[in-house]
Amino acid sequence: MSGAAESVDFDVIVIGAGVAGCVTAYQLAARGHSVLLVERGPKPGSKNLSGGIFYCRVMEEVMPGFVTEAPVERRITRNCLSFLSPTSFVNVDYRDQRLAEPVNAVTVLRAKLDEWLAGKCEEAGVTLLPGVKVDSLIRNGDQFVGIKAGDDEMRCHVVVAADGVNSFICQDAGIRPKEPTKHLAVGVKSVIRLSREVIEDRFNLTGNEGAAYAVVGDCTKGVAGGGFMYTNIDSVSIGVVLRLDDLAERGETSSDLHDRFVNHPAIEPFLRGGELLEYGCHLVAEGGQSMVHDLTRPGLVAVGDAAGFTLNTGFTVRGMDLAAGSGIAAAKAIDAALQKGDFSQASLDDYKVELDRTFVGQDMNTYAKAPAFMENPRLYGDYGLVLSDVLYGIYNLDTSPRKHALPTAMAAFNQSPLKVVQVVKDVLAALRGV
Amino acid sequence: MVDLGSVAERLDKNHYETDEKQSHIEVNQDLVRTTGAGPLLVRICAAHVYSLHDDGTIGVLYAACLECGTCLAVAPPGALTWHYPRSGMGVTYREG
Repeated sequence: MSGAAESVDFDVIVIGAGVAGCVTAYQLAARGHSVLLVERGPKPGSKNLSGGIFYCRVMEEVMPGFVTEAPVERRITRNCLSFLSPTSFVNVDYRDQRLAEPVNAVTVLRAKLDEWLAGKCEEAGVTLLPGVKVDSLIRNGDQFVGIKAGDDEMRCHVVVAADGVNSFICQDAGIRPKEPTKHLAVGVKSVIRLSREVIEDRFNLTGNEGAAYAVVGDCTKGVAGGGFMYTNIDSVSIGVVLRLDDLAERGETSSDLHDRFVNHPAIEPFLRGGELLEYGCHLVAEGGQSMVHDLTRPGLVAVGDAAGFTLNTGFTVRGMDLAAGSGIAAAKAIDAALQKGDFSQASLDDYKVELDRTFVGQDMNTYAKAPAFMENPRLYGDYGLVLSDVLYGIYNLDTSPRKHALPTAMAAFNQSPLKVVQVVKDVLAALRGV
Repeated sequence: MVDLGSVAERLDKNHYETDEKQSHIEVNQDLVRTTGAGPLLVRICAAHVYSLHDDGTIGVLYAACLECGTCLAVAPPGALTWHYPRSGMGVTYREG
């Protein structure tokens, strides 16, 4: 069996202590395997940044009681889908107690969450090695058999690349070439401190409830992408996500777009008087299923962002749940490989079978057309403007005689650059894509 | 107004272990100049790591890097050598 006869330091070495890496490591240790979890940051979480909420139901399978035990911020019971124009802010405001029973989504601060997750891994028997950057992989022919970090070498049966969207480990393995810029976006985020009471008043919340806004339109000055804003316990995370091809083409500056969104007249009142706690940025995979390829090699498995598991459906932006789900699938396949003593690619390809059995593989497939739909430039400009013009026509009682809503809508539509055929096509694409 | 301060002032609030011995970003200045990539790198970096010189080359304030990898993703092939800072170095997010 390839690799099985070699002496190893650990059964499995996981590179990266984010959600995907921690879930993989935890599950393998819980099944009795020796696992090393290597993290380049001085503490797990210290290099990590999220710009979305954690759809955390999947964690109950990994760590029952996750929502009550983990350092989560608020339980999301209010989701707002918002269209922003220079003068208007149109919201679909969906609030539902059912989202809290059981808890469906939470906000998290990764510095706290990932440290906790890695602590749970240690409790399960994982050896955690923080502050160590893995430089490269060790090969034996086609087989990956360990890692190099500085002068240190450590050997294992299976390496798990959980090193995030830039995955230098996958690149070192030669399996994931550079993505086109239309598959990538940069998220620029501020965490702004406000008191609990102020947050609960401004966002219309009680207790540990939370709100999450997904914003399109003027928040990015028309650059493909959007804005986000969500409540933590005593801070608000707010920022923009900007698709790199469009950001490059339109000549905008990423930090300026972030600042402009934060100080937009419709947004600023939420944040007024707040104190900046942290400013950060992170690369986001936006390619959907087209980025999910090359998941395994002999002795190597990629999970989470490193494997391209992120989804932007327009309504929901998902990464952490898919990271956890991919970690569960990877741990099952690696466990089976360890039991067989077979670390060939064919053996590890059980990972893909496991993925397709779960929501991870199936959702990536369901939303395969979402990225193409999200490329539509009208989403970031014209549609929001028409929507606000329709509402303006309804609410602006300027003493001129009223028309019914339909003619009002048609008038707004006719004044926009949108064409009927185009809109019908877009609606069909939306129905198929998201 | 939400007082964010300048980008440099914001980064002052972050915690960094600066690698005094080596930069994790190397620039092929000739390639940056000939491809005209400098202004793009200046714009896309949310941490304002890059600055444009009059001759088309760029300055690199690597200690400010937030390690997102955006510059590497948009740079012309070969213009940047960018990897994560050495073990234990670079930014430490306390919120995330």
